[in-house]
Amino acid sequence: MDTDEALARGLAHDLDGSFEALVLAHQDRLYTIAHRFLGDGHDAEEVTQDALIRAYRAMAGYEAERIRRLQLRPWLATIVLNLCRNRVARSRNVRGTLSLDFESQEGAAMSEPAADPAAGPAAELDRREARRRWAALVTQLPPAYRAPVVLRHVDGLSYPELAIALDRPEGTVKAQVHRGLALLRTAFEASERLDREELTA
Amino acid sequence: MTTVSIDDAAIEAALGDLTLTAPRGLAPDVLVEVGRADRYARTESPIGPLYVAWNGRGVSTVGLARDDGAFETEHRERTGRKAFRSASLPPALAARIARRIAGDRRAGVRVDLRGRSDFERDVLLKAAEIPHGEVRPYGWIAAEIGRPKVVRAVGTALGHNPVPLIVPCHRVVRTDGMIGHYSLGGAENKRAILAAEGLDPDAFERRARAGEHYTGSRTTHIVCNPTCRHARRVMDKHRVWFRSLDAAADAGYRPCKVCRPASGAGAVAIPA
Repeated sequence: MDTDEALARGLAHDLDGSFEALVLAHQDRLYTIAHRFLGDGHDAEEVTQDALIRAYRAMAGYEAERIRRLQLRPWLATIVLNLCRNRVARSRNVRGTLSLDFESQEGAAMSEPAADPAAGPAAELDRREARRRWAALVTQLPPAYRAPVVLRHVDGLSYPELAIALDRPEGTVKAQVHRGLALLRTAFEASERLDREELTA
Repeated sequence: MTTVSIDDAAIEAALGDLTLTAPRGLAPDVLVEVGRADRYARTESPIGPLYVAWNGRGVSTVGLARDDGAFETEHRERTGRKAFRSASLPPALAARIARRIAGDRRAGVRVDLRGRSDFERDVLLKAAEIPHGEVRPYGWIAAEIGRPKVVRAVGTALGHNPVPLIVPCHRVVRTDGMIGHYSLGGAENKRAILAAEGLDPDAFERRARAGEHYTGSRTTHIVCNPTCRHARRVMDKHRVWFRSLDAAADAGYRPCKVCRPASGAGAVAIPA
């Protein structure tokens, strides 16, 4: 957080001179948010680039004092999430379907390292397989819960930061995170049961 | 059927393990798009291989260099920015540059002139108006941008043109009618480029030495820069040459509204 304050001061003083530092400091987390929200690496890369470019152009129009007071972590998260939502809305219009939530699972699976076919039963899933599974489960969450869960537990924003990023009261985002985790647990347990039934069939 | 349960701590740990690393090309793409870094590629030109650098604001450098390393160093010293090597120019940009250099003025090529003063910018944008195959003296640019007395500074600004060929500073010649210097590899390149545009540099200088700096038509009584496309259409039997615009005015000729010959040009270096 302290490094972000120093970064905001640097940007306020010399946007051009400090912008590369902002990109290097935030590109991984913004890419992670976009990837976990959209479930596709290519889309996530485009959205992250676009978000950073928009952040630069927005700051270029801000007074120094406004840049200095920016809370970079939630502010950048807001930009990337808005672009993610726009992209989902656009592809939904193109495809003419009402929901993408379950279609994006394939993308999530492809963007993760392939699972080792010899990995064995659920109890022995290696880390890679766990990542692939949890990424798919997150991508299947309804968007209203997906964003709070990703920001809180993947990106690690605090609840006050989450309230800023999602522009909702802290109590609301807390409830959404809890509800999102509950949905994740149900989905995880359902998929475990399916796996066991297949193994014992 | 067995029930498998998982607690919140385990879910949170699993989610915390979902972080990723951004692809390598992401940061360079962002920095190039906002003009905080450039990409560059080698490309062919009428005078051999050229280095071209660009970013989201436009083409930033056109130049000659011994090799990639030398180009990157020179680019960095001049702009303060990194340049990332690309295999080739983006096809759409390459096509626009080629059309522009070939004389198609509808082909727009954006240029990044950050770091140039307002005066230098005025000079370069004015030079960009000179049509393919035509030349104008330094004094013409000075007059056109409303600074008729700063002819020498115009020459300096053109000498620092970061995007030669795209901004055709090779079409600006000495006020005495000699072809003059060229920043992109020297005077011979300037002559070669002008010859490729259909202008004969030797003949142009011969006329200048003979005091033929402006040309007009006896039928229209209009006086032009000698390479103005209107002047070139005048039939030889109607053509008349002038040493200066004053001489043309005395003879009752008015300046062409297309090439707008500037007073003073030519008069300086002609021995009496």
